[in-house]
Parts: sequence; C-alpha cells; structure tokens
Amino acid sequence: MRPAALVLPLAAFILVTFVAPLLVMLGRSVHDPMVADALPGTLGLLRSWDGERIPPEAVFESMARELLKARREKSLGRIATRVNRVQAGLRSVLLKSARRLRGVPRPDSWREAMIAIDPKWDQARTWHAIRRAGERFTLRHYLHALDLDQAPGGGIIRQPPDLRIYLPLLRRTLSVSLGITLLCLLLGYPIAYLIANAPPRRANLLLLLVLVPFWTSLLVRTTSWIVLLQTQGVINDLLVAVGLVADDQRFSMIYNMTGTVVAMTHVLLPFMVLPLFSVMRTIPPLYMSAAASLGASFPQAFRRVYWPQTLPGVAAGSLLVFILAIGYYITPALVGGQSGQLISNMVAYHMQQSLNWGLAAALGGLLLGGVFLLYLLFDRLVGVDRMRLG
Amino acid sequence: MMRFRSQLRRRSLFARVLGADRRSGRPVPAGMSGRRRRHLAALLPLLTALTGLSHHALAESVTVVSWGGSYARACEKAIHEPFTAETGIEIRLEDYNGGLAQIRAQVETGNVHWDVVDMEMADAVRACDEGLLEPIDVGDLPPGADGTPAARDFYPGTVTECGVGTLFYSTICAYNLEQFPGAKPSTIADFFDLEKFPGRRGMRRTPQVNLEFALMADGVPLDQVYAALRTQEGLDRAFRKLDSIKDRIVWWEAGAQPPQMLADGEVTMTTAYNGRIFNAQVLENQPFVIVWDGQLLDVGQLAIVAGSPNLEAARKFFSFSTTVGSLVAVGRYISYSPARQSGTALISTHLETGVDMKPHMPTTPENAARGLQYDWEWWSDHIDEMNLRFIAWLLR
Repeated sequence: MRPAALVLPLAAFILVTFVAPLLVMLGRSVHDPMVADALPGTLGLLRSWDGERIPPEAVFESMARELLKARREKSLGRIATRVNRVQAGLRSVLLKSARRLRGVPRPDSWREAMIAIDPKWDQARTWHAIRRAGERFTLRHYLHALDLDQAPGGGIIRQPPDLRIYLPLLRRTLSVSLGITLLCLLLGYPIAYLIANAPPRRANLLLLLVLVPFWTSLLVRTTSWIVLLQTQGVINDLLVAVGLVADDQRFSMIYNMTGTVVAMTHVLLPFMVLPLFSVMRTIPPLYMSAAASLGASFPQAFRRVYWPQTLPGVAAGSLLVFILAIGYYITPALVGGQSGQLISNMVAYHMQQSLNWGLAAALGGLLLGGVFLLYLLFDRLVGVDRMRLG
Repeated sequence: MMRFRSQLRRRSLFARVLGADRRSGRPVPAGMSGRRRRHLAALLPLLTALTGLSHHALAESVTVVSWGGSYARACEKAIHEPFTAETGIEIRLEDYNGGLAQIRAQVETGNVHWDVVDMEMADAVRACDEGLLEPIDVGDLPPGADGTPAARDFYPGTVTECGVGTLFYSTICAYNLEQFPGAKPSTIADFFDLEKFPGRRGMRRTPQVNLEFALMADGVPLDQVYAALRTQEGLDRAFRKLDSIKDRIVWWEAGAQPPQMLADGEVTMTTAYNGRIFNAQVLENQPFVIVWDGQLLDVGQLAIVAGSPNLEAARKFFSFSTTVGSLVAVGRYISYSPARQSGTALISTHLETGVDMKPHMPTTPENAARGLQYDWEWWSDHIDEMNLRFIAWLLR
C-alpha cells in the first residue's frame, strides 16, 4: 500500500494536467450546448416540424423573442457564429433580424415581419441549419474533420472539392511521417550499430554526440536549419561559391516540404537511435562471428542473425518517431512554409484563429484514434512486451 | 481595480523589503540587523511615495493597438504625442495585423490588456456583435469643424454600434518603376498578366481583397463584383484567376512588408495599403507607382475593447483621436483621408515635404472613380468560410 501512496502525487498531477484537459477537449468535439441553451423554445417547437414547409407562426414568434433575449444578454454574436458554421451567411440574418426587431411593437405576424427583414427566413434550409446548430450532442465536427457534411434532409455527403482540406492534409501528414520514420531508421541504424559495437570510451563519446542535439532546445535546432537552408543561407552560398549553382538559381530548401522533412528528421533522430542502441547493446558480437565461422557472408549473417534480434528496437524507435511526427507542430510551422504544413497546423489554426474548438478537438480526436489503432496493430505484429524503449 | 492593484504592489514591496533578512534563512550578523532595520524605516515613507507615484503613472496610460510601420508612426506624431501633452496620459502602442483572435482571447479569458484598437470594418462589426467591444455613443464625440454634430459629420455608414470611422484607406497595387522600363502596368488586369509584366507578385495572405481583385482583373464590372462573389460560379472564377499567378505570389501579412518587398526586388508588383507606398515615395524617394485602377476602398474603425482596464482614459483617447483636427493631422503624415465630412475640405500638404496630399488620397474623385467600396457586411458573414476555402486553395 505504501509504495502506491508514493505515486499518488504523480497520479494526481497527471489527472489534473493531462487526463482532465484531454477529456474536456474530446468532450468539446461532440458537445456544444450554447445554441440549445439560448433557443430552447424554438428548438422545442422545431422538433415537431415536418422539415419541408416553412414552420408555423409560433416558431417565428419564439425565435424572435429568443433572439431579442440573446441580444440583450450579449450572447447573440456567439450563437450566430455557431449557426453560421452550419450554413454560411446566416450570421448576418440572425444579427440583422435581432437588430431590426428590437424597436418593433408586437407585429401582427412575426413570420411576415421576419421574412420582410430577410427572405432567408422563408427557406426550409435556414430552419434545418438552426435545428442542427441546436443539437447538444453532435458528430458534426467529426464529419467536417473528414471533409464530410450532413445533407439538409439527412444523409451524409462529401464537402465540395474546394472545401476539402483535412483528408488531403491527413494523407500528407501520414505519408510525411512515414517518410521521416524511414529516413530516421536509415540514418539511425548505422549510428546505433557503431555506438553499440565501439570500445566503451569511443561509444560514450559517440553517444554524447547523439545526446547533445537531443538536449538542445528545439527552437535552436529548427532556426539553425533556417540559417543553413535558406536561399541566402550557408549551403546555397557554398554551392554558389564553388560554382555548382548559379546565383539566380539557388535552391529553395526551406519554407516548403523539404524544410519540414529535413528539420523533423533531425529533431526526431535521437528517438530512433536510443531504442536501437539499447537493443543492440544486448546482442553479443559473438553471434555474428559464429555466423561467419559457419560460412555466412556478412550480408547473410546480418539479415538472418543480427537484424531479427534488433527488431524490437526497430519497432520501438519507428513507433516513437512516427507517433511524434504525426502530431508535430512547431517545426512545420516554422520551416514548412505553405506546402510543408501538416494536420497539427490546422488544429492550431482552429484553436487560435477561427476559435472553432469543436473542430480542433475533433481533429485531435481523430489523430488520437489513429495512434491508438497503430498501437493495436503494432501489438498484433510485434507484441508490446517485446518492445524496448531504451 | 487600479487602486487595488497598486495596494498589492505596495504590500509586496513591503514584504520584500521587511522579509529580506528572514527569507535568506541565514542568521543576520549581530549589530547589522538593527542598523539595517533603521535604514529601512527611514526609507519606508519614501518607498510609499514612490510606489504612489508609479501607481499614478500606471493608471494614466492607454494601450493602443494599431497597424505598425509608417501608419503607426503617423498616428503617433499626429495624435498620440499631442494627446499625451494635453492630458498627461501615456500611450502604449502595440502592433496587430487584423482579425479577432487576440481580442476574443483577451475578453473571453477576462484578461484584457488592450484598450483601444484600430480595426478593419468587417472585424469591428463582428467583434461588436460578439460583445467584444464597448458600445459607443456618437453623441458624446466632439462636433465637426463647422459645428455639425458628430453623428451627421461622419460619412454615412462609417459609424457602427461600437466604433466610428477614422480614415479612408485603400488596398491598391503598386509596382517598382525600375522593373518595368518599357510598358507600364496601368490596370488591375495587368497585375495578373505575367506575360506582359513578368515577376513575382506580393499579396496579403487573406481571401479578403484578393478575391475582389481577381474578379475585377477577370473583367467583372465594378458594380457586379460582390454580386458575383455571392454565386458559386463567381467564387470559382475568382479562385481560377488567382490560380493563374499562384506560384508567383509572395504572401505578406503586415502592412509594412509590401514596400520593403518592392524595394528589395523580391517582387515586381504588390498589393499594398496606399499610404505605405506614398510614404516610401515621398520619404525614401522610392521609384514606386500606385495603380489606382481597381483600388479597394475601406474605412478604419476605432473601437474600445470590452472590459478595457483603463476605460476612462480610453474614452478620452477615443474622443481625442476622432476629432476632425486629429484625423486631418494624420493625413499630413500619410495619405489617408478623414472619415468626417467637415475634414475633407481641410486636407492640405504633407508636413515634412510639402507635397499636396489631395491627388494621393484614395477618396479623391479621380482615384475613387476607378475603385470599389469594400463590402464589409458580406465579408463579416463569409470570412470563416472563405478563410477555409482560401487555406484549402493554398494547400493544394
């Protein structure tokens, strides 16, 4: 019991700073009560609406009253923004109607008064949009995150091609992460092999060379790449000085996908080297000698004796790098330019710019789900208990 | 609020001074502690007085958020400095490039540190609807130069619930004369013509303004541009036109960037705010030329952030900087014209160089005739949707 009690502070810390915010964010991706709380009467009446004809007078009256109330409580703007996300253009209809209805004495027909303010009140689409924005629990954000949308009559349709952002970005993120993982493996495997098989003093030095960049601030490493790769940067200057490249033909290696891949590979490389190293260290060099003494050539011995034994390290390193890469944000934001942006940058956009936190949460939820699936797949193929993280 | 904060400051200062010995945890050498205490006792009234002073200075300041570069400099000279001289209230200036994100974040977290913001019309209207700005009563503002009450002195449509118009500015395209020794660009269509006028193009990284430019360049008459943007075909047409120069576009965000990009030769033509190009022309003798054809005319809005920590001082500043005198004064540093009718006749010369400002103002009839009035109402409805479509287009 006592050892468990020692972990309690940590458990509490993780609960407060990690689990709780995560759950709140994931909750936001499906739950948004704002519109439902502001228009309870109207939404209640709309529940019995047939969805085809224009709703009856009672609905208009309730809508008008609730709009005016929301305006008085200064929540109308936020409500209108949410309705506008379901159907663009309704924001001003709501705001304009509330503004003009304010001074009006009780009209004979709210319906005619509102249609006179904006003909959109005379369209079933508008009411569908309000009904959908008023759903307390909704999968709308997940649909949008997959470039899908709900048709007004029900059913799911794809977004028009010009508004498809997330699926292409997800695809790009996955393929870039895969590419970076492979690059890290190609670069990291020989380094880990070298360190694992060097005499202790040299191994320590080599390990230090891997660790020092690992300990260096991410921002410093990323900006160093800017210095190196930019059009007027070190590498281009050198190439021009040597005469390999003409001055007006300098390579653009940064603020595009190249920059993202180069900088991210560098940043994530230690996460590949360290697990590989820890596995290779435990493989006695005698096995390779034994294979050679039995007549195997080096490639043969490597393929049949050494490589299979390093698989847990390869799997652990690859999984680690891949998972880190899918969610990477700072490096693409700094060196990715326009073409090097990944899905995480869209999450940041919705968190900070458009303030559509529901959609940001849904995108994050999808990534989380993807990583989880990957983990299960990995467990099937390699077995989690065989994994060595370092 | 302010007083409370200063008390806190004072108390923490006391705590810091008196607790110095105790907190170090080391035994204080005998004889030392008594003397130090006495010194401190003598210092205390002085310290209190000092914190009192700093409290005074702190209370009398306003954080004004504007667009940086030569425009912010013009406002500083024409408005901020005279304001501080007259009222003793200090101005703290911060930069901003449009949008609501920062204001929303401040208001929604209850941690407001901006007081007065110089905004785009569409942003100001949206912010007001969302309750992010303090309502304004135009009746409280000083009358025009000819005594017209403020409500009638501002040009129609420039006063909203939470803000009033300050200056008319426009987004134009401009080129560097050195880059085109032969034929010169003269229309917005030339901006999109890479064959006749090769080179990279600078554009603001937003869908606003660029969609309008694209349609005008594609031959849509001025009065039908927004009608076209309301249709799917019109939107497709605008993006197709932008597509035709996409890989030659260098994107800018801050208004100070485009003149720099033109000067550095990074682009041969760029969209820009007209005043920035004007200042580069007259103050730095840059060989830049403004193409007035297809200019997009908009009016700046001054507004106060809801929950502004220095509301009283902010209101003073608001009313000071929207007088005819202040607005006209800015127009002597940068070519933006006042949003008050009685100010139009007072437009005179550039203060430093004596250049006549009238031909450089976006509202001068011959310039305005070839331009389009920015439809902020349409944009405030469609900005989220257009931003997404714009991002999707950029990523493609």
